[in-house]
Amino acid sequence: MLLTVSTTHRPATDLGYLLVKHPDRVHSFDVPTGTAYVLYPEAAADRCTAALLLDVDPQRLRAQQDTFELGQYVNDRPYAASSLLASALNKVFRSALRGVSKDRPELAAAPLPLEIAVPVLRGTSELATRLFEPLGWQVTATPIPLEPQIGGDSRYVDLQLSGSVRLADALNHLYVLLPVLDDAKHYWVAPDEIEKLLRSGEGWLAAHPEKVLITRRYLAHKKAYATTALQLLEGDETTDEDAELPVTRKISLASHRRDAVLTALADAGAARVLDLGCGGGALLTALIKDRRFTEIVGADVSSRALAIAARRIHLERLGDRVRLFQSALTYRDDRLRGYDAAVLMEVIEHLDPPRLPALAETVFGHARPATVVVTTPNVEYNVHYEGLTGTRHSDHRFEWTRAEFRSWASRVAARYRYEVTFRPVGEDDPATGAPTQLALFRTVSAEVAQ
Amino acid sequence: MIQIPELSLVALVGISGSGKSTFARTHFAPTQVLSSDYFRGLVADDENDQSASADAFDVLHYVAGKRLAAGRLTVVDATNLQPHARAGLVKVAREHDVLPVAIVLDVPEALAWERTEARADRTFGRQVLTRMSRDLRRSLGSLSREGFRKVHVLRGPEEIAAAEVGYEKLFNDKREVTGPFDIIGDVHGCRAELETLLGTLGYALTRDGAGRPVNAVHPDGRTAIFLGDLVDRGPDSPGVLRLVMGMVAAGSAICVPGNHEQKLARKLNGRNVQLTHGLPETLEQLDREPASFVAEARAFIDGLVSHYVLDGGRLVVAHAGLKEAYQGRASGRVRSFALYGETTGETDEYGLPVRHPWARDYRGSAAVVYGHVPTPRPEWINNTICLDTGCVFGGSLTALRWPSRELVSVPAAREYYAPVRPLETVVERPDEGLDIADVIGRKHLDYGYGRITVPAENAAAALEVMSRFALDPATLVWLPPTMAPCSTSTLDGYLEHPASAFADLRAAGIDRVVCEEKHMGSRAVVRVSRSGAGDAIWTRTGRPFFGAPMDGELLTRVRAAAGSLFDELDSDWLLLDTELLPWSAKAGGLIRDRYAGVGAAGRAALPAALGVLDRVAGRGLDVTGLRDRLELRSSEIDGYSAAYRAYVRPTDGLDGVTLAPFAVLAGAGVSYAKMDHGWHLALADRLVAADPTLFTPTRRMIVELADTASEAAATDWWLTLTAAGGEGMVVKPYAGLAVTDRTGRLVQPGVKCRGREYLRIIYGPEYTRPEQLSRLRGRNLGRKRNMALREHGLGLAALDRVAQGAPLWRVHELVFAILATESEPVDPRL
Repeated sequence: MLLTVSTTHRPATDLGYLLVKHPDRVHSFDVPTGTAYVLYPEAAADRCTAALLLDVDPQRLRAQQDTFELGQYVNDRPYAASSLLASALNKVFRSALRGVSKDRPELAAAPLPLEIAVPVLRGTSELATRLFEPLGWQVTATPIPLEPQIGGDSRYVDLQLSGSVRLADALNHLYVLLPVLDDAKHYWVAPDEIEKLLRSGEGWLAAHPEKVLITRRYLAHKKAYATTALQLLEGDETTDEDAELPVTRKISLASHRRDAVLTALADAGAARVLDLGCGGGALLTALIKDRRFTEIVGADVSSRALAIAARRIHLERLGDRVRLFQSALTYRDDRLRGYDAAVLMEVIEHLDPPRLPALAETVFGHARPATVVVTTPNVEYNVHYEGLTGTRHSDHRFEWTRAEFRSWASRVAARYRYEVTFRPVGEDDPATGAPTQLALFRTVSAEVAQ
Repeated sequence: MIQIPELSLVALVGISGSGKSTFARTHFAPTQVLSSDYFRGLVADDENDQSASADAFDVLHYVAGKRLAAGRLTVVDATNLQPHARAGLVKVAREHDVLPVAIVLDVPEALAWERTEARADRTFGRQVLTRMSRDLRRSLGSLSREGFRKVHVLRGPEEIAAAEVGYEKLFNDKREVTGPFDIIGDVHGCRAELETLLGTLGYALTRDGAGRPVNAVHPDGRTAIFLGDLVDRGPDSPGVLRLVMGMVAAGSAICVPGNHEQKLARKLNGRNVQLTHGLPETLEQLDREPASFVAEARAFIDGLVSHYVLDGGRLVVAHAGLKEAYQGRASGRVRSFALYGETTGETDEYGLPVRHPWARDYRGSAAVVYGHVPTPRPEWINNTICLDTGCVFGGSLTALRWPSRELVSVPAAREYYAPVRPLETVVERPDEGLDIADVIGRKHLDYGYGRITVPAENAAAALEVMSRFALDPATLVWLPPTMAPCSTSTLDGYLEHPASAFADLRAAGIDRVVCEEKHMGSRAVVRVSRSGAGDAIWTRTGRPFFGAPMDGELLTRVRAAAGSLFDELDSDWLLLDTELLPWSAKAGGLIRDRYAGVGAAGRAALPAALGVLDRVAGRGLDVTGLRDRLELRSSEIDGYSAAYRAYVRPTDGLDGVTLAPFAVLAGAGVSYAKMDHGWHLALADRLVAADPTLFTPTRRMIVELADTASEAAATDWWLTLTAAGGEGMVVKPYAGLAVTDRTGRLVQPGVKCRGREYLRIIYGPEYTRPEQLSRLRGRNLGRKRNMALREHGLGLAALDRVAQGAPLWRVHELVFAILATESEPVDPRL
């Protein structure tokens, strides 16, 4: 992988002093992932170019990881600029990064006419522009095509920057933004990365319009780190974690939905409830807060989701009132029998339609609680989501109209001797209906008993 | 001689010093005897610590329960003098549906005291013994009332010393009777149809002077089994009784009672019962019979045993069926289940009780044959079958031949009685469904080709894939096993080479192999049928291949091409193992993002770096070493790019998509695992001939491993194939999929031998460098081979079970295990 820095400052060969690398020699440095070279393809008074070339040794790269990942053996690390190159930059141009020059101190402090080229860098032209332009660079980021047989562009760009920038700033921009564009780190991100980011970002990061994105990506998407870093950035006020979320409507819909489910359960007088497909525990939290529910079971097919839910609700502190276990709605499960109510909140649409009869048999036939609450998106409402193409979630196997949902629910109710009523959830638009639809099933015998 | 049932809970009853422990030691194995002293010691370190008794008995009951659940005779050595102590044992026995038996050791108190005084560890006074004796006197009269089905009292030391213990079988244990049988469903007074059915089955009827059938005998010595409900509703219940009683008396039939016999007997015994459900008709018909016949019938019904275990435990018959835990057991609830089944307490829209679907939950190995619930067509559900085809309601009278499992039916002459619920409303086949307990948790499977333990965490991972992404388990009857590569080659420049593949198979004792071109695409399993119902195409992990509607379109074309194969193989459906080509059709995103992306990055970065170096060199600096390295890397990335590029072809929908079939795995009632690869490939060729656009042929070469020329030819073939961009080949034992070695163990169904250039996309562009190759040669194949063999065996067993018509859960547990095995960490490059 490669980056070059050129200047047309006169004498251009002063670049050698600033970088502390003589233009007429081949410099090589051992770095943890291979060998870094500093070479000058041109060194004249009117134009001088320094190249940083990292010869990655795949074996040494591999030694740093020990997972069974195919990507370990076939990857772009030897070719694309990334945190590997940023690390080499930091090691090789340490004093230049700090803006220190023994021989040319005033030159180090002044903006220079610079051109920077990174021939292969992961990222899009658009993002590269958003990141570098606010820093005073003129940006040309040309997408690198795949091959004709396959067609289209690869996810790499050929990046060219030019501008009048202090060399130290230029190098710091690269040091921070190469890994940000690459969106990966070749090493474990520890809290000291926050310090490194703030140091390298001094003087430019706080005012950068993309500082949230930069901070998150640089800190490998570790939320806690990013929050700390953003708070530490001078004059920062936008520490809101949801700043990047496109619409706030989703959040309120989620809480509408929870409330609607809780109301339905309360109407049914349910005390012992099943949250089927509990996921990370969004509904469980609400159920636990409500003392009317004396026994709560969260079931999900994903053991990972259950682990997240257990952490979120602090399962270990809850005693016998709450239990979590793995279950799949396409297999009948004796552990689900004998409860007052079951909730399937935004669950059925994650199942392929041919598997729905198995779900119905498991829930309505075998578990057979007196009450079942089912919610699912109303696809008619989707026209209100601007820019939404396809389904609301990539894993939705279907989204139903109100008629489709009613038809399914009525068939299930008839087959398993339930009675069903429907309720809208969220803003009930006269034309399209509400964003979420809810069906409340009660066993026929339970209705009679009351 | 004391007779006790083979499976029972035996309570020894006697005062301290009466010789219970000696008696237990003499007549039973040490592990059969649970002594209260021992359990007191276990929980309290002191066998005589009476304060520990409650805990000790808790544990004793728990252990007794485990033993009885497993069907093991259990003897409790404790004084058992107090009603509450005995009640605990009766409860444990009843919970496991075994008979409680009491053996009382009654010795003079003086003798017991003498023995007690002789023991250092017994410190209680004489008054304790006196109290015990008093308790014993009181107990003697009440044991039967408390629920002990047999009470043996041994009086005095001589009688105790002389006693011998003998074992008797339960009445329901007829395991030694092996048939063959003709099992006949609910007759309900349809004597004429019964005569016809017996005739069809080959029985010769004997008639009395009045021409009434009184016996039927099969010339081959077959035995008829009647599943009860001989009487009520129909025109001639006495006639049916006469014939069946005659057959049972003559030993040519076995009979279990139905709920209708039970109710009739109660009526005949003078009890007050409701005169409904066809009982009045029977009583009226019996009125015309002499009193002696009615008395005989009553005695016959009273003597019937509610269920039988037959044919070495492989067959269980009971009127309303019997769940596994009750088979071969004896208790009130076992009898009740056999006669009436279990109901949920709810009633349906006709006011009939909703039955608990015990057959759906049945996981036993014995086939259960029963009647009781009228059903239009008998169907096997989890190894159980109901033969009541509603003859009296105008349906038919059905028999099941055992062990051939053939069904024989005769239609009813007419409807004799109007059903409460129309017979046809229950046409829907009961859904076997699957229970989560069939798949989750740590599982031990003995699948015939081997044994496997599926760790709970692998099952948990597989559950998510199976439940969220895979096809319906009823469709997904097989998953392709992973395949191990050949042993690592030591030939210069090669990691895999035909010589190693041939050596591997030779070492397994194979002399003839078929080398099949390895298509580089995506594995696709195809199930097609004449009718199209249930057809599907799925991936290695059981997902629908492209999803509807493309899958449907593809299947329609496969179905059309397979038309003549259905006839030739006489099967309504076929399961094909294929590779779908090109790779890019399914893996387009992966190719773009991973493989081609890396290629594009390399092809842009390396020339740029070489350009810099050329200019540096132009300035007189020496960068030769670095330049040579980058030059090499550049040629490696070109080789790498060429490797994946060979598997990319433009497709548009299904245009350009082809299937390369290489095995016909199964058809209706048959697994083709035993057919040789010549057979499989010939059928594949027929598909190619039928639709050359849709199907791609598999090039192949048969090699005799003893013949070096033959091997050399195949090696050349492989070199040509791989030089042209082919992935490589798979070397398989020619004899078929289920080949075993000299020791009878399954051998690998094939090993893959991948081309030198192809492996660049697996091991990285530069893997061919000598230092890299030498490091890669240390790769460990053991785990991958084990995994491949286990998955292969599980798959073969699944095909066998499908062919045998095994219950869905029996097939699914194997398919699920294949998926669970896939979640084991193994080097993905192998």
